[in-house]
Amino acid sequence: MTGTLLAIVSAIFFPGIILRVKSIASGRKGPGILQPWKNIILLFRKSSVFSTATSFIFRLAPAVYLATICCALMLLPFPGMSSVLGFEGDFILFAYLLALGKLLFILGALDTGSSFEGMGANREALYSMLTEPAFFILLGTLALLSGHLSMQDIFSHFQFAGEFSLIAGAIAIYLLVQIAMIENSRMPVDDPKTHLELTMVHEVMILDYSGVDLAFIQTGTNLKFVLYGGLIANFFMPVNYDWFLVTAAIHGSPLTVHLMATLLNGIIFLLVQAAFAAAIGLMESFRARKKLAKNPQFIVTLSSIALIAFILVLLLTRNLIR
Amino acid sequence: MLILNTNPFIVPLADIPLLGYPEFMDNINLLMADEGCHCVTYHAVPLGAALRFFCCIASDSDHFLVLLSHEQQSSPIPVLDSLTVSHPSFHLYEREISEQYGVKFTGHPWMKPVRYQMSDVRYQISDIRYPFFSIEGEGIHEVGVGPIHAGIIEPGYFRFCCNGEKVLHLEIQLGFQHRGIESLFLQKHSGIQRAVLAESISGDTAVGHSIAHAQLLEILAGITPAAVVPSERIIALELERIAVHIGDTAALCTDIAYQFGQVVNEALRTIVINTTQSWCGNRFGKGLVRTGGGHYPLSGGFIKILLSNLEEVEKRFGQITHEMFTNPSVLSRFEGIGKINARQAGMIGAVGMAARSSGVKRDIRWSHPFQAFTDSDYEPGTLHQGDVWARAMLRKQEVEKSIQLIRGLLSINDFERDPAQPLYEFKLQHSSFALSLAEGWRGEIMHSAVTDQDGKIIHYKVKDPSFHNWMSLALAVRNQEISDFPLCNKSFNLSYCGHDL
Repeated sequence: MTGTLLAIVSAIFFPGIILRVKSIASGRKGPGILQPWKNIILLFRKSSVFSTATSFIFRLAPAVYLATICCALMLLPFPGMSSVLGFEGDFILFAYLLALGKLLFILGALDTGSSFEGMGANREALYSMLTEPAFFILLGTLALLSGHLSMQDIFSHFQFAGEFSLIAGAIAIYLLVQIAMIENSRMPVDDPKTHLELTMVHEVMILDYSGVDLAFIQTGTNLKFVLYGGLIANFFMPVNYDWFLVTAAIHGSPLTVHLMATLLNGIIFLLVQAAFAAAIGLMESFRARKKLAKNPQFIVTLSSIALIAFILVLLLTRNLIR
Repeated sequence: MLILNTNPFIVPLADIPLLGYPEFMDNINLLMADEGCHCVTYHAVPLGAALRFFCCIASDSDHFLVLLSHEQQSSPIPVLDSLTVSHPSFHLYEREISEQYGVKFTGHPWMKPVRYQMSDVRYQISDIRYPFFSIEGEGIHEVGVGPIHAGIIEPGYFRFCCNGEKVLHLEIQLGFQHRGIESLFLQKHSGIQRAVLAESISGDTAVGHSIAHAQLLEILAGITPAAVVPSERIIALELERIAVHIGDTAALCTDIAYQFGQVVNEALRTIVINTTQSWCGNRFGKGLVRTGGGHYPLSGGFIKILLSNLEEVEKRFGQITHEMFTNPSVLSRFEGIGKINARQAGMIGAVGMAARSSGVKRDIRWSHPFQAFTDSDYEPGTLHQGDVWARAMLRKQEVEKSIQLIRGLLSINDFERDPAQPLYEFKLQHSSFALSLAEGWRGEIMHSAVTDQDGKIIHYKVKDPSFHNWMSLALAVRNQEISDFPLCNKSFNLSYCGHDL
């Protein structure tokens, strides 16, 4: 529950930080941190306009998109606390909830009959398809390393203390950052700022949405970002507060100690989210986007990296050679 | 066949030898066999009951202009053999003539409207459609973009035949904003109205078109402006070139989502256009170039501002382009994208930057010097790659060269003198054909006029470099990814209104 709530809190400032960092990097002052949400609230107050060429799928897509992301948020782990819906193997649900949202979204884009949106949908489908193995191999690696199957347990038992957990952790963070960038259609695979329909991936798919529907999509996109940010934050939040317990046990009750630990973790969680947002802002400021044809190649490398990590863990945990 | 060595030039109509059409074709074939020659203009002028055709061929390497002419009776409608068959660069000229006067060119493979689209009454009546080229096949799909675009882009329709993400063919349909510039030149009789009109042909080439117009009228009226005027004009022209080239570099960065390059270059462009503004009150140099002189002489105070701004721009532009051209992610988006080779550029008659970046040495400043270039030994730079990188790199090099040019002109001229006021009232040479060329930042600009026996302009022709170069964009995106089209488009940055007139 804590993870979900904290993620929603960080979603409030997340897009603002990205925007602000990009503005500062380009020598401008930039809008206020809450400006992206003010825009979304404005959209919530507007009604939608629908193309006559579209069917119910087009209208259904934004709601399903937002709903699936909200459901996935319920699976977000947090050390020392249980996630809302966590169960054994819940990362499969996590991945396919996001995939379901995306599927409806792609169908909605195809529904408009526009040639641009068809192209965007085509690209989005390809990228998601290629990202999926990377995500599953990564989670599989972590499951193998921790010996657990629910995301809550995987991250609770993953510590940056072991000999090879450091390497596995670094690889996992790298992969999660890249997967988050791809899934959210950011640089280097997509450019959220572009006005050129022919180069768009995600942006072209939402061209026909307006008002509340657009607000749903933008809310969903912001939540999706903190969803991945939350997974990354889990690597940095210690579960084991032994040193803390020892010093605190003298002064306070176990409950206070637990509360203090959670509070500390909460602060770390928010800081990691802020750092993630700032990192995205910087990454998008000083490099060019990839050539579209190179994107699949780039995404496939993520799966390869995940696979290397997986084999490494297999070898090191002596699961491969007994 | 008349060989001329000056730019601009004026010839009495009576002195232009009339050729028979077969002889005319032979001469064109002979001239165009030389790769260094390209067609500057080929248009028709109705003179009484006849239709007089003027064709001007320019030689890049031998620095001469050739004027050829032939005459046909307007009725019955002339039917001529098409030159396009052997020289593809003539296709637009013949289409234009056919559209304006109904002349039929037999064997022309691509006879489509140039400017008047289906909205035009004549085309609705005669039921001429715009037949798009289409490719049939499994998995081939067509993507239409425009004519209304996102952002502040002018109207133009692009139809892509794609196989997946790969573009097999692009067809560009223009002419949506035909303003009738050429006929307005005949309706407006005052010099100031015409000058303003020339500035509005293509907003980003205000100075380039103004210079072409001013030198045309000056040679028609026999005016020689004060000694420093040619230098002032070239300073304005090169300032325009610097501003647009830097702006285009910024736009190229935008298209590849390289924010750093974008914002730095945009800021630099502002410095340059603000310099022009502090000179003449308009950021694009409108009102600066006038026949016979100018309202804004270069003052000592402004020269100081100009020099210090140029130094600032040169330093910072040098830094950002170094950063850009050494950034692997930028290079991977520029190199090998949207290639046209020297053969293609020559075949379609590409001019200006598009030609020079493909290894064709074609620059009016060098081959047919005008204004202050007559005394300079300007040597254009060329690159042979012909891709987006080459076009970006050429911009960088031309900015550096233009800064040097301005510094040179400032050092050899004494601008502190009595200002030469513009002349708006003058009498033009009667029964003459005049043509002037100028190298705007995009390439060769041609203005040409024909006067009647009273010295009244009866025909005015404008050719913006975009007229040729749109075809090079269509060729550049072949076999490229459709997502690279915007980048290719930006690397040429062609004018829609300059084409549509």
